Amino acid sequence: MVRVTTVDDVTVIATESLSKRFPRVTALDRLSLDVGAGVTGLVGANGAGKSTMIKILLGLSPASEGRAEVLGLDVATKGAAIRERVGYMPEHDCLPPDVSATEFVVHMARMSGLPPTAARERTADTLRHVGLYEERYRPIGGYSTGMKQRVKLAQALVHDPQLVFLDEPTNGLDPVGRDDMLGLIRRIYTDFGISVLVTSHLLGELERTCDHVVVIDGGKLLRSSSTTDFTQTTTTLAVEVTDSDEHPDGTRAVREALHARGVEALDSQSGLPGAGHILLLTAQGEETYDLVRDVVADLGLGLVRMEQRRHHISEVFTNEDEQRKEAVGHGS
Amino acid sequence: MAVENPVTAPSGDQTRIHNIGYRTYDGPRLGRSYATRSLYSQSLRGAYGLGRSVKSKVLPMLLFVVMCVPAAIMVAVAVATKANDLPVDYTRYAIIMQAVISLYVASQAPQSVSRDLRFKTVPLYFSRPIETADYVRAKYAALASAMFILTAAPLIVLYVGALLAKLDFADQTKGFGQGLVSVALLSLLFAGIGLVIAAVTPRRGFGIAAVIAVLTISYGAVSTVQAIADAQGSSGAIPWIGLFSPVTLIDGLQSAFLGASSAFPGAVGPSSGEGVVYVLAVLGLIAACYGLLMRRYKKVGL
Repeated sequence: MVRVTTVDDVTVIATESLSKRFPRVTALDRLSLDVGAGVTGLVGANGAGKSTMIKILLGLSPASEGRAEVLGLDVATKGAAIRERVGYMPEHDCLPPDVSATEFVVHMARMSGLPPTAARERTADTLRHVGLYEERYRPIGGYSTGMKQRVKLAQALVHDPQLVFLDEPTNGLDPVGRDDMLGLIRRIYTDFGISVLVTSHLLGELERTCDHVVVIDGGKLLRSSSTTDFTQTTTTLAVEVTDSDEHPDGTRAVREALHARGVEALDSQSGLPGAGHILLLTAQGEETYDLVRDVVADLGLGLVRMEQRRHHISEVFTNEDEQRKEAVGHGS
Repeated sequence: MAVENPVTAPSGDQTRIHNIGYRTYDGPRLGRSYATRSLYSQSLRGAYGLGRSVKSKVLPMLLFVVMCVPAAIMVAVAVATKANDLPVDYTRYAIIMQAVISLYVASQAPQSVSRDLRFKTVPLYFSRPIETADYVRAKYAALASAMFILTAAPLIVLYVGALLAKLDFADQTKGFGQGLVSVALLSLLFAGIGLVIAAVTPRRGFGIAAVIAVLTISYGAVSTVQAIADAQGSSGAIPWIGLFSPVTLIDGLQSAFLGASSAFPGAVGPSSGEGVVYVLAVLGLIAACYGLLMRRYKKVGL
C-alpha cells in the first residue's frame, strides 16, 4: 500500500481486505497490506489483532473475508507449503524444560522436514548464530529468560526459512537483553537474508530495527510507512551531562550553548525522574548528534548519555490525524 | 578511532576462530509425511525415556522388565520340568499382567501429550508442515507401538522358550499368533483411552491419576458385578457386563475368537454372537478415541 515498489522489492506478505470475525469480536477489519523483503514491524496494543494476523498468515485459521498471500502462496490453500518456508517464534513460553536446547532444536528441524544429518548441522549453526554455546547441552529448564528467547528464535530459524514471524520477541527481557535481541533481529535480515515480521507493542524499539512499520489498532490499519521518513520527524534525543566547577549546572550550560547555535531544547517534562538533568531535543539528523558532542566537549563537560527516546504506541494515537495525512502522502 | 580494520588476520595467528557466517540450506525438505514420522519416532523413543533425562527412563524400563521377568521364569520352569505346555496361555499373559500395563499407559500417555500442552509446544508443531490429524496419528501410533512392544516382548520370551523346550511347534505358533493379535488390539485400545484422558489436562499428575482410575475402577466394578451375577446364577448376564471395561473387553474378545480361556467368573466367555458385539465395541472405542483426540486438537491451535 505504502511501499514504493522498486526493482528488488519482492512482496513477501500481501493481504487484501483481510477480515477475521469471531462471534463477539472483530479481530481484523478489512486489512490490506503489502509487505516487502526486509524487517517489518507490526505494532499494536494488546488485542489489536497481531497474533490473529500471524495465525491467518500461517494458514492455521481461515479468514472470514478477503485473502492473503505469503511468499506468493495463498494461505487458504497452501498452508503446509507456507509453513515449510516460514519460521514462527511464539510470544509465550513453548520450551520443554527437561531436554537440552540442542535436542529440542534438532527435533523441531526434523519437524520442518530436514533430514537427520542436516537437522543436526543446522542446529549447531543456528544456536551459534543466536549466541548459545556450551549451555546448549544443558536442560532448558535452567536457562535464563534471555537464553530461552534465543532458543525460541533458533527453532524458528533452524530450517532456513525465507520469512520468520516473531511474536513479541523482546517480552520479558531486560534492557541489555532487549538490545541484543533487536540486534539479532536486524542481523536475521542483513546477514542471513531472511525477511522478518516482528510484532511489538513498543513502537520505539521497532523504529530502530525495522525497515518498515505497520501500525494496527482494533484490527484496522492505522499506518504503514517506512521507518526512514518516520524516524526523522519523531526522533527525540535525551542528553545527560556532568557538572563541573566551571559550570555548576551542566545541563543549563548545554541548553544555553545549544540555544546560541540555534537548537532549542524541548521542555523537559516535569515529573519524570531526573528530568531536571536530562535535556530533550529533536534530532534533525546526523548533524544534531555531532553538534551536541562538540558543544559538550567545548564546555569541558562529560557526556553521560545521549540516547534516542523510545516512543510508545500511544504517541501514534495522539498524532493519528497528522500521520493519516502522511500515510496518504506516501501512498501509491 | 577504528578508521580502518585490516581485512585479513595477522599472519602467524593460527588460533583465531573464524566466523564462517550464515550458511543457507539448499538441501531437501522432506515435508509432511517425514515430519509426521519424525514425531512418531521421537514420541516412541520418549515413551521409553530415550532422548530424555535419566529419571524419566526409570519407570518405563522398570515396567518393561517387570513385564518380561515372569515370562522368563515360566519358561525356565517349563524347560526344567519338561512340561508339555507353558504354564500360561499367550493370550492370558496380558490379562494377568494388566496392572503393569495400566501403570505403563497411565505414566506414558500424559508424558506424551500433557507435556506438549503444558509447555505449550503444540503451537510450534502446528506452525510446521504437519496438520492436526498428523499430530494425533503420530502420537496415537507411537503410544500404541510402545504398548505393543511392552506387551509383545514377554510373548516373544514365552515363544522362544517354548521352542527351546521343544514344545509342539504348530500349536505354539498358533497360540503366539493369537496372542500377538490380542495384545495389538489391547495396545490400540489402551493407548486410545490413555491419550484421550491425558489430552484433556495439561497437568501430568491429573492425567496419571485419571488414567489409572478409569482403567482400574472400571475393571474392579465390572468384575464385582460379574461375580455377583455368577453367585446369583444369572451367568447369561456375565458377558454383557464384560463390555464395560477395557480389560474385560479384550478378555471377552479373545475368548470368543482367539482361543483364549476366559478369566470371567465361572470361566464363561462370550459366545461367537456375543463376541461380535465385543469386536464392534473394541473397534468402536478405538475409533471414538481417535475422533475425540482430533476434536480436542482442533481447538488447541496457536
